[in-house]
Amino acid sequence: MTDTDWPLWEVFVRSRRGLSHTHAGSLHAPDAELALRNARDLYTRRGEGVSLWVVPSSAITASSPDEKDPFFEPAADKPYRHPTFYEIPEEVEHL
Amino acid sequence: MTADVPDAPTAALTPAALALGDDALVLSHRLGEWAGHAPVLEEEVALANIALDLLGQARILLSMAGDEDELAYLREERAFRNVQLVEQPNGDFAHTIARQLYFSAYQHLLYAALAAGDGPFAPLAAKAVKEVAYHRDHAEQWTLRLGDGTDVSHERMQRACDALWRYTGELFQPVQGLDADWAGMEAAWLETVGDVLRRATLTVPEGPRSGAWTAGAGRQGLHTEPFGRMLAEMQHLHRSHPGASW
Repeated sequence: MTDTDWPLWEVFVRSRRGLSHTHAGSLHAPDAELALRNARDLYTRRGEGVSLWVVPSSAITASSPDEKDPFFEPAADKPYRHPTFYEIPEEVEHL
Repeated sequence: MTADVPDAPTAALTPAALALGDDALVLSHRLGEWAGHAPVLEEEVALANIALDLLGQARILLSMAGDEDELAYLREERAFRNVQLVEQPNGDFAHTIARQLYFSAYQHLLYAALAAGDGPFAPLAAKAVKEVAYHRDHAEQWTLRLGDGTDVSHERMQRACDALWRYTGELFQPVQGLDADWAGMEAAWLETVGDVLRRATLTVPEGPRSGAWTAGAGRQGLHTEPFGRMLAEMQHLHRSHPGASW
């Protein structure tokens, strides 16, 4: 295997109609069309998907691990945001 | 030479099943040789996927002609009925892509025709034509990028297209038992392949595709020199350990 300077792409797969695309992994490809084909070969060869997105990894802005506390900590101690104070009728399933 | 070939259960289907099955088997093995050697990991998986599609086709087709393992592993070179194009060595990546473009364009036309009919190969062809459409697209995408890429990739892709051109006339020799419009398919193939090559800024080769000084006797069991070495490697394990199982 030789090194290439092909850019990195993130792959999102929709497994069924009605579900949203889920991040499946990443790959290298010279352009978007080949990235899509590589994604098909790497991530959907066992019938995992009905739709694919590929996104240049460089286009993704990610939260930083250093910002973990200010970003996510405040949500932990606000239990009133969680819908846990309701009696759920027995007839309601899948909630 | 042919003592190991089993008696065919369905003699009328045999010539066509062997021709199509051997094409798929031999090309599958050639593509499998890229495992561990492809230019990038992603492309290695892509080539292996294509190889596995072809192997699946080969298993069904050879089973129509007899015992698939005996046919694959115990026949001598002269008993194979594949076209000479598919047995050509991988060469550089451009050669592999040119071989795949030429063959997939042909196989797609043939399987589409067989799928539209009601012959014994229609069910297989209907499933396989979708696989082959992807193989053709894969080869086309790479032909465009290599042909219209750098000076080096253009030169190598042109060289590969020229080198394999003489093996393409054989694709359209009628196969006994296959009902297809061979002349019509050849015209469509020339148009399709010519269009891809032109879009890739490549020159459509001008050399002969049939007649003297071209290849064209694979269907009669005459093969090129590299095929014997490939076959020796492919059959070595089975012949060394007859009847072995996992």
